[in-house]
Amino acid sequence: MTTATNTPEDHGFRLSQLIYDTRYRSITIQVIAMLAFMLIAAFLIRNTIINLSALGKDIDFGFLFNRAAYDINQQIIPYTSDDPHWRATLVGLLNTLLIAVLGCILATIIGVIAGVLRLSKNWLTARIMTFYVESFRNIPVLLWILAFMAVLSEALPAPRAFRGEDPAASMWLWDSVAVTNRGTYIPAPVWGDGSLFVIITFLLSLLGIWAFGKYSQRRFETTGQILPNFWIKLAIFFVPSILVYFVMGRPITLSYPELKGFNFGGGLHMRNSMLALWLALSFYTGSFIAEIVRSGILAISKGQTEAAFALGLRPSRTMNLVILPQALRVIIPPLISQYLNLTKNSSLALAVGYMDLRSTLGGTTLNTTGRELECMLLMMLIYLIVSLLISSGMNVYNKSVRLKER
Amino acid sequence: MKKSVFLGALTLAGLAAGTAMAQDSSTLAAVKERGVLKCGVNPGTPGFAAPDANGKFVGFDVDVCRAVAAAVLGDSEAVEYTPLTSAVRFTALASGEVDMLARNTTWTFSRDVDLKNTFVGVNYYDGQGFMVPKDLGVSSAKELGGATVCIETGTTTELNLADYFRVNNMEYEPVPVESFTEAQTQFLAGACDVYTTDASALAASRASFENPEGYVVLPEIISKEPLGPLVRHGDDNWGDIVRWSLNAMVAAEEYGVTSANAAELANGTENPEINRLLGVEGELGAMLGLDNAWALNILTQVGNYGESFEKNIGENTPVGLARGLNAQWTEGGLIYSPPFR
Repeated sequence: MTTATNTPEDHGFRLSQLIYDTRYRSITIQVIAMLAFMLIAAFLIRNTIINLSALGKDIDFGFLFNRAAYDINQQIIPYTSDDPHWRATLVGLLNTLLIAVLGCILATIIGVIAGVLRLSKNWLTARIMTFYVESFRNIPVLLWILAFMAVLSEALPAPRAFRGEDPAASMWLWDSVAVTNRGTYIPAPVWGDGSLFVIITFLLSLLGIWAFGKYSQRRFETTGQILPNFWIKLAIFFVPSILVYFVMGRPITLSYPELKGFNFGGGLHMRNSMLALWLALSFYTGSFIAEIVRSGILAISKGQTEAAFALGLRPSRTMNLVILPQALRVIIPPLISQYLNLTKNSSLALAVGYMDLRSTLGGTTLNTTGRELECMLLMMLIYLIVSLLISSGMNVYNKSVRLKER
Repeated sequence: MKKSVFLGALTLAGLAAGTAMAQDSSTLAAVKERGVLKCGVNPGTPGFAAPDANGKFVGFDVDVCRAVAAAVLGDSEAVEYTPLTSAVRFTALASGEVDMLARNTTWTFSRDVDLKNTFVGVNYYDGQGFMVPKDLGVSSAKELGGATVCIETGTTTELNLADYFRVNNMEYEPVPVESFTEAQTQFLAGACDVYTTDASALAASRASFENPEGYVVLPEIISKEPLGPLVRHGDDNWGDIVRWSLNAMVAAEEYGVTSANAAELANGTENPEINRLLGVEGELGAMLGLDNAWALNILTQVGNYGESFEKNIGENTPVGLARGLNAQWTEGGLIYSPPFR
C-alpha cells in the first residue's frame, strides 16, 4: 500500500479484521465461496446417490460387455450386432471423429476463402460473402443440418429412378458417380497385389516435398535465389507415384457403383446423413471462421502492407510472407474454439440418423440397457477427452506461430 | 459485507433443502393434491395418441390416461399430457416427471426388471411388421435382402430387425431415424425401401398417407409386442390403481357395461360382479384408496375397452385395425381381466 501512515499499535489479531481489513478480506471471501461451492457439489452428489438407491438403481458399467444386438450402418471398423456395447461405442466414436476431422478441414477451407473474399474490393463478391456469413451464423446449426438433410432426401432421385430402359435419373461423370437420396456412391479403389509399393512411394514423395521445402528455404536464405517451388513440388507429388503405378502393372483399380437389387452396390457409399451433417457443420462453422480470418487480417496494420509494397513485394507475396504469418497469431486461438464447437456440435447427428457417439452410446445403447447415468457420464468423459486432445494439439501449433522474441 | 455473504449462504442452503424434499410420498397423494394426472404419451401416432384439430390429445393410449384420471380425480379431462420420444420415456417416468406412461411401450423382461418399471397390463397385443411401396413388387419379408430399412432408434423394433435379418441370412442397410414422423418423411421420399415398426403403428401411419393404396403391409409379423401402460417401481398402490383402471375397462366390455348404460346399471343389477365393479356392492374403491364410484366414472366418461377400440383404431376409423388378438377372451382373443371380487 502506498498510503503508509503511522504504524498502528499492534492489537493482535481481531475477528473483525477478517471483514474490515483488506489484507484478510479477500481470503475470507474466497474461503466462503469455496465452502459454498463444495456444499452445493456435495448436496448434488448426495442427492443423486440417495435418489438412485431409492429407485433401486446402482452404477454399473458391466453392460458395456453385453451383446449390443443392434446394427450400425456406417462402420469404420468391422462391427456386427453380436459385438458388445463397448465396440458399438467405439464405432460411434470413430464416426464422431471422422465427421469432426472432415468438418474441421472443410470449415477451415470455406472460412479462409470466405474471410479473405469478404475483404475483396469487388462489391458483389464481398456482399455475397457477407450474406453467407450472416445467414449461416445467425441460424441454429440444428436447422441447417435438417435443411441439408431435407434437400438431400427430397430433391435427389431414389435409386429406383435409375432403373429401366429410359431412366428418370442418370449417373454423373461418365457413369461413375451416382447421386441418390440415400447417399452418393463414388468409385472406390481396389487394392491389388503390389499396391503397397505405390502407397509407400507416395508417402516417400510427401517426405520428399517436405525435404525439398527445407532445402529451398535454406538456399533462399543463403543465396537469395527463389526456385519455382510450386511446380517442383507438384512434380514430386505426382511423377514417382505414377511411374511406380505403371511399373507394378497398375495394381490399383476402381470399383464403380452399379444398381444391384434395391440399391447401388460397389463403390464407396457416402450416406446422406453424413453428407448433410458434414456440409451443415462445415458451412456453419465456416461462417464463424470467416469472421475470425477477417478480423485477423484487419488486425495487421496497413503500414505493414505499405512497407511490403515499398520493398517491391508483389501482392500475393505480401499476403503470404507478411500479412498471414502475423494474422495467424490472432487467428489461431479463436480457431481452436471453433474446432471444439464443431466437434461438440456433431453430437446433433442423431437428428439425421448419423450413428455417432451420441446415437450409439447415448442413443440405442442407453435405451436398450436403460443405464442413463452411466452412459451420460461415459459420453461426457469421452467428449471431454476428445476436446482436450484437440485443444492441446492446436496449442502446440499456436506456440509455433507465436511471436518469437529474439 | 458480512451480512450479505451470510444471507447468500442461507438462501443457498434454503434452496438446497427445498429441492431435497419431494420424491418419496405416494403418487396417489401427489396426484390428488395436484388435481391433475401427468401422463406420458406418444407425440403423434394417429389412433393411439395424437393431438386432434383442437390440439387436444386423443387416442387409444390416451384413453388409458383418461381412465386413470377419471378413477382418481373423477374427471377424465384432468390430465396433463407429456409427449415423450421413445428415447426419453423411461427417464421421464423414473424421474417422476410423469406419473404413468401410456405410450405403446413393449413389455419386456429387462424393461420390467432391470429398468425398475411395473407393467400393469397389456392394452394392445402387437407385433412388428414391414411396410413397402406396392410398386417395389415385394410380397414377403423374406425377399427384403439388401433393402434399406427405416427404423426408429432406441426401440425394441431395432433389435428385432437386426435379429430377423441375421437369422434369415440377409443383408440390409439400417437408416436410423429419431421419430415416427421423421420415419414417415424418409419413407415417403423413398430414402428407404422399407419401414418397420409395430404393425398397429404401420396401419396408423399408412392411414395418414396421401395415397394409402400405394403401400402394403407385408404378412410377416416378426415379434411379439405386448403394449401396455406402466408405472415406476416402488409404489404398488399406484400400480394397482392403473392396473385395475385398465381391467375395469376390459371387464366392462365383457359384462356389456358401456358408457351409455353404466349410470343406469349403477342402480343395481342381478349380476354381483357388475355390482362390485360399479361400486354398488363391496368396497373395492376404498381398497384402492379411491372413491367407490371410480369404475363408474371411467365407464361413463371414457367407455369400456371395446368402445375405446372402435372409436380410435377400429375398423370404421382411418386406422382400420381388426380386433384380432385384441378381442375378448370369450371371442377368441387375448383380452382378459381377472375377476373383480
